[in-house]
Amino acid sequence: MKAVLWQGTNHVSVETVPDPTLLLPSDAIVRVSSTAICGSDLHLLDGFIPSMEKGDILGHEFMGEVVEVGRDVKTLKVGDRVVIPFNIACGTCDYCQRGLFSACDNSNPNHRMAEALYGATSGGGLFGYSHLYGGYAGGQAQYVRVPFADVGGFKIETDLPDEQVLFLTDIFPTGYQAAENCNIVRGRDVVAVFGAGPVGQFAARSAQMLGAAKVIIVDRFPERLRLAAEAGIETINYEKEDVLIALKEATGGRGPDHVIDAVGLEAHGHGPGALLDTAQQKMKLTFDRITALRWAILSCAKGGTVSMPGVYGGLVDKLPLGAAFAKGLTFKMGQTHTHRYIRPLLAHIEAGDIDPSFVITHRAALADAPQLYKTFRDKHDGCIKVVLNPWGESAGEVKRA
Amino acid sequence: MTNIQKSGFQEAARKAFFQGGNGGQMQDTERVAVGALGLGLLILGLGGGAGRRLLVGGLGLGLTAVAVRGSNPLATAIKVEQNNAGQTLISEAVTVNKNAAELYAVWRDLDKLPNLMSHLQSVVVLSEKRSRWTVKAPLGSVSWEAEITADEPGKRLAWASLPGSSIDNNGEILFRPAPGGRGSEVVVRLKYRAPLGTAGVVAARIAGQEPAQQLRDDLMRFKREQELGFAPTTQGQSSGRTGSGRAGGAK
Repeated sequence: MKAVLWQGTNHVSVETVPDPTLLLPSDAIVRVSSTAICGSDLHLLDGFIPSMEKGDILGHEFMGEVVEVGRDVKTLKVGDRVVIPFNIACGTCDYCQRGLFSACDNSNPNHRMAEALYGATSGGGLFGYSHLYGGYAGGQAQYVRVPFADVGGFKIETDLPDEQVLFLTDIFPTGYQAAENCNIVRGRDVVAVFGAGPVGQFAARSAQMLGAAKVIIVDRFPERLRLAAEAGIETINYEKEDVLIALKEATGGRGPDHVIDAVGLEAHGHGPGALLDTAQQKMKLTFDRITALRWAILSCAKGGTVSMPGVYGGLVDKLPLGAAFAKGLTFKMGQTHTHRYIRPLLAHIEAGDIDPSFVITHRAALADAPQLYKTFRDKHDGCIKVVLNPWGESAGEVKRA
Repeated sequence: MTNIQKSGFQEAARKAFFQGGNGGQMQDTERVAVGALGLGLLILGLGGGAGRRLLVGGLGLGLTAVAVRGSNPLATAIKVEQNNAGQTLISEAVTVNKNAAELYAVWRDLDKLPNLMSHLQSVVVLSEKRSRWTVKAPLGSVSWEAEITADEPGKRLAWASLPGSSIDNNGEILFRPAPGGRGSEVVVRLKYRAPLGTAGVVAARIAGQEPAQQLRDDLMRFKREQELGFAPTTQGQSSGRTGSGRAGGAK
């Protein structure tokens, strides 16, 4: 089959590799009908997530048709159309039973590696996201092995097109959980979202769905800000105005009641802090660049929430913890417990409350992945979200549809 | 009894079992050997050019200081815990979503233990109390006889190697209910006298083959076997690395 492979920092390729097979009786094999490149895949491309190996199959946003099931699989059968959460969860451990699926105790075979880096116990496995997170082959491929298929296979029984349900695998629940973590008071709270990429877009629209009085989004790319503005979200371009002053003005000097950092460890931004982060990251003195997180903390109103769906990988420097302490902020973060959101959010899509395909700017064949990883990373050609067809023919150079 | 009192007792029980940890304490023979090596290097360092004198003399001085202090700085740095008797101390714990009586019963079935503990080759039950244990070691295998020294069904099992064993060791495993209906906490405490003393422990830990690391893996395997009935794996999955996955063309 064809698959997108990580070949080292800045290098992905599409190659023919062996088809996946069932490895355990609880596995299923899915023939992938659509897959997407996630903003967090760019952290892998740029080499910021440790423990990747050359030849790893990438991809954690994918859906398709079940073509084979192990003998212990009870709820899925061949022919079912399914979306698969990006996290792998066993469904039986105490964490899974409490709905904390991304904290699954049992799905990560490389728990020792994660424990050594992150402390007492490891998180669960993820598709296509480093050996620290289990080393599972990802879904930017024609076929994928889905472990714990009864837990991770969510049937789509309506005829909604792939593009409307594909993002249930990650970015829509991720944005939604980020907004939910803010405990928004309906009709009262103002929410600011840093980063207008796909997760930021979904976080902002989820904050609206959860009743925020006002939602403000911060970015520097006009096309991303425009996309948010179409939904009635206020915008701040941080290259044109001082973010902290603009946010104060927009909130009568209070600051947003809650802030969402939908950027994570590769924040751009400007000013001495951002420059120092970049320099330290290049010299391996720090892992993560945290301009967005600093702005989030500094702008947030007293008693507010800092919600962090953006990915962090290691250690950070000059975190304004004093400001957070002085204002009594609450921090909420972590991988999304995707499994718990798929059915309720599917119901929202079916009811017509939201059409998640609004973020898609590029549609292409799997073979075009190497080019599109870079287009997406460099935000060229107005790129916001890329969907790949594993069975399509390459059209040569891919332009925004 | 309040929870604070209870956990106080647990901490006291841990201390009593380990008889006061004391990081990286070397055995007498090891101190003599390291000291002799240090002094030898110091003498060698007296000759030769300035560079050699600095390097060899410095190393000799360092080793001599280690022998005089009687503690292995590497062992302290990687947190090897030892008691005054020169035994290496290990403890590890895992929470398993099953009740203590069930878990105890699995563990009490000694000759099935090699299914749980990957480094255990075999356990042969010789009598109600005695058994013969064989473990994989870097060079072949090591075997000894052990005796059950305490058996509290559903709660605790303790054992000790018999005098004259190749690896002098004793330990206990506790099963206690986890708060909030989360199953049981399984705690294992081991004491053993490592071949080659502290240096042996340090070398084994750096090689990832020290019992503390093996114990962590084994307890996670035990947990997953109990909760899932199998271990998660990626062995044999497809990738772009040569020799991985099954051979064959596209579907």
